[in-house]
Amino acid sequence: MNKIENNKAWFFVIPVFVVVAFSAVIPLMTVVNYSVQDIFGANSTFWTGTEWYRQMLRDPDLQAALLRQFAFSFAILAIEVPLGIGIALLMPKKGWAASAALVLVAMPLLIPLNVVGTIWQILARTDIGLLGWSLSSIGVDYNINANAADAWFTIILMDVWHWTPLIALLSYSGLRAIPDAYYQAARIDRASRWAVFRYIQLPKLSNVLVIGVLLRFMDSFMIYAEPFVLTGGGPGSSTTFLSQALTTMAVGQFDLGPAAAFSIIYFLIILAVSWVFYTAIMNAQKDKSAQQ
Amino acid sequence: MSWMHWTGPTAGFFISIALILTGMTVWQYFSPSVERKGFLPIATTRGDRLFIGLLTSAFIHLAYIGVTEFHVLVATAVSVVWMVILMRWG
Amino acid sequence: MKSRIAFIVYIVLMLLPIYWLVNMSLKTNSEILGALSFWPTNLTFDNYINILTDDSWYMGYVNSMTYVFMNMAISLTVALPAAYAFSRYKFVGDKHLFFWLLTNKMAPPAVFALPFFQLYSSVGLFDTHIAVALAHTLFNVALAVWILEGFMSGVPKEIDETAYIDGYSFPRFFVKIYIPLIRSGIGVTAFFLFMFSWIELLLARTLTSTGAQPIQAIMTRTQGASGIDWGTLAAAGVLTIVPGIAVVYFVRNHIAKGFALGRT
Repeated sequence: MNKIENNKAWFFVIPVFVVVAFSAVIPLMTVVNYSVQDIFGANSTFWTGTEWYRQMLRDPDLQAALLRQFAFSFAILAIEVPLGIGIALLMPKKGWAASAALVLVAMPLLIPLNVVGTIWQILARTDIGLLGWSLSSIGVDYNINANAADAWFTIILMDVWHWTPLIALLSYSGLRAIPDAYYQAARIDRASRWAVFRYIQLPKLSNVLVIGVLLRFMDSFMIYAEPFVLTGGGPGSSTTFLSQALTTMAVGQFDLGPAAAFSIIYFLIILAVSWVFYTAIMNAQKDKSAQQ
Repeated sequence: MSWMHWTGPTAGFFISIALILTGMTVWQYFSPSVERKGFLPIATTRGDRLFIGLLTSAFIHLAYIGVTEFHVLVATAVSVVWMVILMRWG
Repeated sequence: MKSRIAFIVYIVLMLLPIYWLVNMSLKTNSEILGALSFWPTNLTFDNYINILTDDSWYMGYVNSMTYVFMNMAISLTVALPAAYAFSRYKFVGDKHLFFWLLTNKMAPPAVFALPFFQLYSSVGLFDTHIAVALAHTLFNVALAVWILEGFMSGVPKEIDETAYIDGYSFPRFFVKIYIPLIRSGIGVTAFFLFMFSWIELLLARTLTSTGAQPIQAIMTRTQGASGIDWGTLAAAGVLTIVPGIAVVYFVRNHIAKGFALGRT
């Protein structure tokens, strides 16, 4: 659509600007201020300059948490995106079955994060949990509190269970936007099932998948309550992700300066990765619409 | 406001960012910039280059602080040179 | 047919964890900690009755619902005009503003928890519903603008122009004609706003103490000195799922209609 050039449109944007500035800019400025000082109390602070940044950037625990974070985010994206598309393709398209399927598929999405953690913490227990009990009764030595591989397996399974429905719902609505005429044309051409998916369905899905992938990347990169409840970051620190390391520092030990410096670094990383994603996808879409 | 713990340098930092943004907006209003292709892999407007410049400058600073023992102003100097190159030829 | 079976298998696997929670919530603690059983042998509703008759418990649900709906109202009110502007006009800084809004979806709540606490304490809003609702606009406003903009781009511009020729003022056109046209978009947006605000824990817990405490924070009380009260914990968990199901049920047709997101 050709948009009209009109700077009066700014008046429509002012409310959003004010609300977001209040809840984002003021806290962000505060975090920057904290990150260059040592704060002992309301009126006693000490200028530290870049010292906290130096400490945080060279902290091996945080470097490990960062690598772990990237590994986790890419693992769940690699599982959830194809699985979500698959489920969307399987979902019934008409009648009461379609409504029922939507409500059922969406259910895990609406469970508060720490309740999700609690559900899986119970499931993973070998005495009262279905998953832990089943695995140990077939002879698997399963213990998320002692074995890092088990903890990782359970956290990834939990995230896939919780968030694949988001990709599925978005893909489902994308699929519903394809006119029937496309499928009829494909039938006349005797296109294979794969060809229909590759040349009709996937291109239509690309728009919604942009949102899905970005949302999942951002949210998984700041995951906190679920692993915190499930494993508490353990065994050792094998499932301690960035948000948990940060919260421990800021709330647990009340090290405001280092926590603030860490926050800034954390935010810059998410900003950079998301910007690259966003720009790459937007450019791909622009090229596509230029060709058409 | 006291809970925000303002300091001179951070206040200066935010004021200069605000001034740059205001300046860019006014400049854009009176002489709109056109997308063009420089050495960056994508076509950019002036505002895009400013954003890319600021973000990369932040990482230049982090890299300096994380890896070297030089004074942080060295990183600032490098960033300024980089910003000029990017705005002109990016 | 094969696809129908595969889908049913997925649904069954997906429902198992939820079934397990429901199963636990209908048992007594001694039965939970006794032998593992796949259904309750002594069916009891005591866990639910405990929660629904104790106002320190059920007020948690009321508090959570209150700030979630406040957040939805604020987010939609400010996002509708903004999304309209983004979908119809070019203006100075539009793309950067749009990306800046998105960056707030990227900001980890852990980063903002402490400054939020001090900000809202200093303006006297600590432990109120509006504080949590405002804090959640941080990520929800961006999302609302993003989704609504996609829907609005799909509405032909001729509709706006015809309305002006017919002598509609802008506010009247927007409320009477435009909003009904993007009803589905608003439904889908409301679903996402509800979801992200309802499930968030870190900010909601940091910004409240007793007056507006969300249910997720109250649930931690089940860990007493004598161990965990599993039955009550499970029942409280089950009850957090119910409002969500109601919301999906209301918006199911809008989601099913399909929406075109992420267009520029």
